[in-house]
Amino acid sequence: MTTTATTAKKPRASSATATTTYREAMRQAMSEAMRADERVFLMGEDVGRYGGAFGVSLGMLEEFGPERIRDTPLSESAFTGAGIGAALAGMRPIVEIMTVNFSLLALDQILNNAATLLHMSGGQLPVPLVIRMTTGAGRQLAAQHSHSLEGWYAHIPGIRVLAPATIEDARHMLAPALADPDPVIIFEHGSLYNLSGPSAEDAGPADLTSAAVRREGRDISLITYGGCLPKALDAAEQLAEAGISAEVLDLRTLRPLHQDAITATVARTHRAVVVDEAWRTGSLAAEISARIMENAFYELDAPVERVCSAEVPIPYAHHMEQAALPQVEDIVAAVHRAVD
Amino acid sequence: MSPHRTRTDGHAPALRHRGELLYGMLRIRRFEERCVELYSASVIRGFVHLYIGEEAVAVGVNQALTEDDAVVATYREHGHALARGIPAEAVMAEMYGKASGCSRGRGGSMHMFDASRRFYGGSAIVGGGLPLAAGLALADRMRGQPRVTCCFFGDGAFAEGEFHETANLAALWRLPLLLVCENNLYAMGTALKREHAQTDLALRAASYGMASWPVDGMDVLAVEHAARQAAESIRAGAGPHFLELRTYRYRAHSMYDPDRYRTKEEIAEWKARDPIDALARQLRDDGEVDDEALAALERRAANEVAGAVRAAERAPEEPADELLRFVTSPVTPTRAAR
Ligand SMILES: Cc1ncc(C[n+]2csc(CCOP(=O)(O)OP(=O)(O)O)c2C)c(N)n1
Ligand SMILES: [Mg+2]
Repeated sequence: MTTTATTAKKPRASSATATTTYREAMRQAMSEAMRADERVFLMGEDVGRYGGAFGVSLGMLEEFGPERIRDTPLSESAFTGAGIGAALAGMRPIVEIMTVNFSLLALDQILNNAATLLHMSGGQLPVPLVIRMTTGAGRQLAAQHSHSLEGWYAHIPGIRVLAPATIEDARHMLAPALADPDPVIIFEHGSLYNLSGPSAEDAGPADLTSAAVRREGRDISLITYGGCLPKALDAAEQLAEAGISAEVLDLRTLRPLHQDAITATVARTHRAVVVDEAWRTGSLAAEISARIMENAFYELDAPVERVCSAEVPIPYAHHMEQAALPQVEDIVAAVHRAVD
Repeated sequence: MSPHRTRTDGHAPALRHRGELLYGMLRIRRFEERCVELYSASVIRGFVHLYIGEEAVAVGVNQALTEDDAVVATYREHGHALARGIPAEAVMAEMYGKASGCSRGRGGSMHMFDASRRFYGGSAIVGGGLPLAAGLALADRMRGQPRVTCCFFGDGAFAEGEFHETANLAALWRLPLLLVCENNLYAMGTALKREHAQTDLALRAASYGMASWPVDGMDVLAVEHAARQAAESIRAGAGPHFLELRTYRYRAHSMYDPDRYRTKEEIAEWKARDPIDALARQLRDDGEVDDEALAALERRAANEVAGAVRAAERAPEEPADELLRFVTSPVTPTRAAR
């Protein structure tokens, strides 16, 4: 194999019976980090008594107390900036922002301070901060709770952007993120929290530099991340029944992108569909498509296809919302366009 | 090392405290006057915001801070940086965009940093330094360190949401934060009464539940006194304090500002209360300095500024192939594949 991407399935006999959820895996990751390092603390709206808007930190207040599981006022800019300041002063804060839509109120701190201070200070001020937030649609929460703005953040030099899409990554990306001397943003797709599967307790710290081939294939590459990974895997399953062998590449890290893995999968299959829940225009899907053109143009047997959300504020009504989002059928149709 | 520390000016006697304050203000003033000349000669470029007229604030407040405390400043921060002890060479070299600048030429006039002196900038997003300062204070609070974080900002910043979010957060968590509002009556061209419905800023800050009072920002001794009182109380665990320093900038907002929004008379009235002149007069009246001593102070300031300019001129430029350095920290295991 020419790929440097990690391959997903490693047999883990010892934990085969224990099951967990993505939400619990993330909670375990945070609790473990807080037990291991006194400098780590969690701060955000309703992370304490309420247990987190999505229940991720439920029960942590009881173990760690209100100093380290710190409820904040509704002041996204102030508490995100406070995370930056605390990180500068030697702490290892985890800032939780309820959703990516609300993170826009903290964008000044994230871009103008967190991502900028190290360079602007001539290397004097690294910001070891982790920011977690929910992203994505699918729960009928309408246009102010459902957007996928990961690509905006992936645009910014100076930060690392992660999109754990599996239980194993939810469990094991946090520790290396906290060890990173620079700011890391972790995007948790809301539809993944209830994902259940074998516990990944003994998998060890995740590698934050590489994409992962989640399913190997010969005929076409489905390149995706986050909440679209399960859809891409479903599409690959359907395509297999139709005799098309699709490889599924999970990007995992959205900045910096793992260019070698993208090039390698295209070199193997010679066709690619990028699946991205964000809007198509100016998207991460556009970036990946451009990189394939720059790095693997002569490998291509067909134009790169993109499956993205409709260019519309995500609507409330179930049928409208689903019509706006990338669906398994859309991915299958795009594959047929590229292959036929 | 700064020349004013190495140079022994013949008969210059050890200055007593008020004399040091006078020199602290004088060197900032002379430094910035030189910046104007260098700007006119196109040596310094970009946005440059002068602190001339407001020196008593940075110098007075700094008296209350120790080396362990932290400072967060604005884009009008030459005075804060110099008062904090960043060598004049490093500040000047930064404006020259040189490798020896305190931000290695990446920041310029608005973005001075010095981690070793806990000087955290140098921020040009009005109000943007406030949340960060709260975080520095939070870290101290969580670790039980009796340190103070001092954040400077303007009357304009007081209208930003980030100020109000931070004031509430700091009071709610009793953070060891000294909020120093430099009320110079203008945010660029917008006068205080045109930007605030209630112009008594100390009164509004008090509504967040923190000790808060106005101070004559043209009197360095009054500033020092207030800052010491506030810092002491903060160190004793009383939570954040807010000082409204009533001051004035003599020069335009920046080098680009034609200054059409205020009168010559108004500027002249404030200049008549100049903090440097006032203290010099006081010292002379008290018999602590004479013409000779004042002339010696001027020579010392001129030497310090000239030394900074010479050093900046001689300093190498940061090589352009260092451009991408410091965008992220040096390669760690999690970064191997870039
Ligand atoms: C968020 C933001 N808005 C606008 C500006 C443009 N701007 C720069 S300085 C300034 C006025 C700030 O006034 P004040 O806070 O009173 O500080 P002063 O300049 O008087 O020291 C403005 C509007 C900016 N830099 N940042
Ligand atoms: Mg002002």
